[in-house]
Amino acid sequence: MSKEVVKMSTGQRQYLKNLKRSRQLVQLARAAIFVIFVALWEISTRLTWIDSFVFSSPSRVIKTMISMAQNHSLFIHMGVTLWETLASFFFVTIFGVGIAVLLWSSPKVSAILEPYLVVLNSLPKSALAPLLIVWLGANTTTIIVAGMSVAIFGAIINLYIGFKEVDPDKIKLIYTLGGKKKDTLLKVVLPASVPVILGVMKVNIGLCLVGVVIGEFIGSKEGLGYLIIYGSQVFKLDWVIMSIVLLCIMAMILYSLINLAEKMYLKRL
Amino acid sequence: MQTPLLELKDISLSYHSEDGETLALSHISFQVQPGEFVAIVGPSGCGKSTLLNLISGLLTPEEGEILMNGKKLSENQMNIGYMLQKDHLFEWRTIYSNVLLGLEIQKKDTPQKREQIDSLLQTYGLDTFKNSKPSQLSGGMRQRAALIRTLALEPDLLLLDEPFSALDYQTRLNVSDDIGKIIKHESKTAVLVTHDISEAISMADRVIVLTKRPATVQKTVPIELEIDQEERTPMGSRNAPNFKTYFNLIWRELNHGE
Repeated sequence: MSKEVVKMSTGQRQYLKNLKRSRQLVQLARAAIFVIFVALWEISTRLTWIDSFVFSSPSRVIKTMISMAQNHSLFIHMGVTLWETLASFFFVTIFGVGIAVLLWSSPKVSAILEPYLVVLNSLPKSALAPLLIVWLGANTTTIIVAGMSVAIFGAIINLYIGFKEVDPDKIKLIYTLGGKKKDTLLKVVLPASVPVILGVMKVNIGLCLVGVVIGEFIGSKEGLGYLIIYGSQVFKLDWVIMSIVLLCIMAMILYSLINLAEKMYLKRL
Repeated sequence: MQTPLLELKDISLSYHSEDGETLALSHISFQVQPGEFVAIVGPSGCGKSTLLNLISGLLTPEEGEILMNGKKLSENQMNIGYMLQKDHLFEWRTIYSNVLLGLEIQKKDTPQKREQIDSLLQTYGLDTFKNSKPSQLSGGMRQRAALIRTLALEPDLLLLDEPFSALDYQTRLNVSDDIGKIIKHESKTAVLVTHDISEAISMADRVIVLTKRPATVQKTVPIELEIDQEERTPMGSRNAPNFKTYFNLIWRELNHGE
C-alpha cells in the first residue's frame, strides 16, 4: 500500500516536536537516576558516610569484576548461571506448551487437574528447593529443576487460558472446512496463541533465573547464586553486590532478547 | 420431479442446560432443489443458525432426518461449504494461504486445484492481493476471499450464515450484490440465513419464514420478481416493482401472532 506524501501542517510539526521532546525527557531522567545513584553511592563510601566494607562501592565492584575476569572465574560463574537458566527456560517452554495443549484437548482432564495446578502455582517454590536437593542430589539437574519449578505452573495456567480464549468461530471454521480437532489445534489455536506464548516466555525467563539462583544458594559450587551465598558467609560483600549487578544485567539482556523476538513477530504480521 | 439436493424431514432440536431444556426447532421440513437459492428469515434468536449447523453436520438433530440427494447426511460424501458471519481470515496467513486453508486441511492441495484457485482469484479481482495480509483488504474484498476459500472445496451446497451482518450498510449492499453474482455465476445451490428481509428477497428464489422460538416454518414464499433475468442481481432486484409487495408479505408473516 502506498502512502500519500502530504505536506506537513504546522500543527502536525508541533505535535511531532512535542512528542520527541517528551521522549527525550524520559530518556534523560532514566539516565540521570542511574548516574546520580552510582555517584551518590561512590561519594558516600569515599566520605565514609556508609561503610564500604558492608555496602561495597561502584569502584570496588568494578575492581572485583576486573580481577575475577582476569582469572576467568567470573565467566565460569556467569556461564553456569546462564546455561542453567536457559536450560530450565527451554524445558519450561516445551513442557508448558505441551501440558497446556493436553489440558486444552481434554476439558475433563483440565477440570480434574485445575485445583492442583492452582495450589502448586501459589506454593512458594523456594520451599521445594531443599527437598529437590535431597531427592535429586546437589547437581546441575537439581538447579535446572528448581528453575523450572518457579515458572512451570504459572506458564501452564496462562497458556491454557490463552488457548481457551481463541475465537470459537475460528475453530468452527476449521470444522466447516472438514477439519478435525487436530487441525483446530495446528491451524488455529497454536498460531493464534503465538503472542500469548511469547508473553508467557517473557515472564518465564525472569522466573527461571529466580529459581536457578535459589537452587544455587543451597546446592552448588558454581554460579552467581553460589557466589552470593559464599560471599555473604565469608564477608566478601563485593562479590555479593557484583553478582547482584550481574544478575540485573543478565535478566535485562535475556528479557530484551525475547522482547526483540516478539517485536519481530508482530512486525511480520 | 427430481430428487431434492437437500431435504429436511420433521427436524426437532432442544438445547440442554442445567436450568432446563429449550426447544429450539420444532418439526421443521423443507426441500432445496439443485441450483436453487433459498433464504431463511426469522426473528433473531429463533434458531436459524442452528438449522445451518444441523445441515452442515456440526450438530445432529434429536428428531427427524436430513437427506442430501436422497441419502442420509452421515452416509453422504457431499461437500458442504459454510460461510460464517465474519470472514475469519487468519491474520498470520497471506490471502493466498488463507484461501488454500480448506484444501490444506482436506489434503487436496494439488497443482490442478491451485490453478482453479488462481483463476477464481483472477476472476474476482483478488489476484494482485495474493500475498497481502487480510488487514490490508477492505471488508468487501475480505468477504470475497472468504467465499473463494469456501468455493475452493467445490461445495455442492453453500450455507451462508448472515455472511454480511458484520459489514456496514453500504459495504453490505455491495458485498451481497458481489457474492450473489458469484454464487449465480458458479451456479451453486445455496441456503442463506438472514434477519434482513430485503437481503432475502433480493438474493433468493424462495424465502422460508420461521416463527419465534421454538422455530417452525411459518410460510414459504417463492420470489418471482417482475424484472429481466440479467437484471436479477441482488442490487437490480431491489428495483423490481413487486419487491415491496414481497417485503410487506414477509413482514406480515414474521409478525404473525404478535
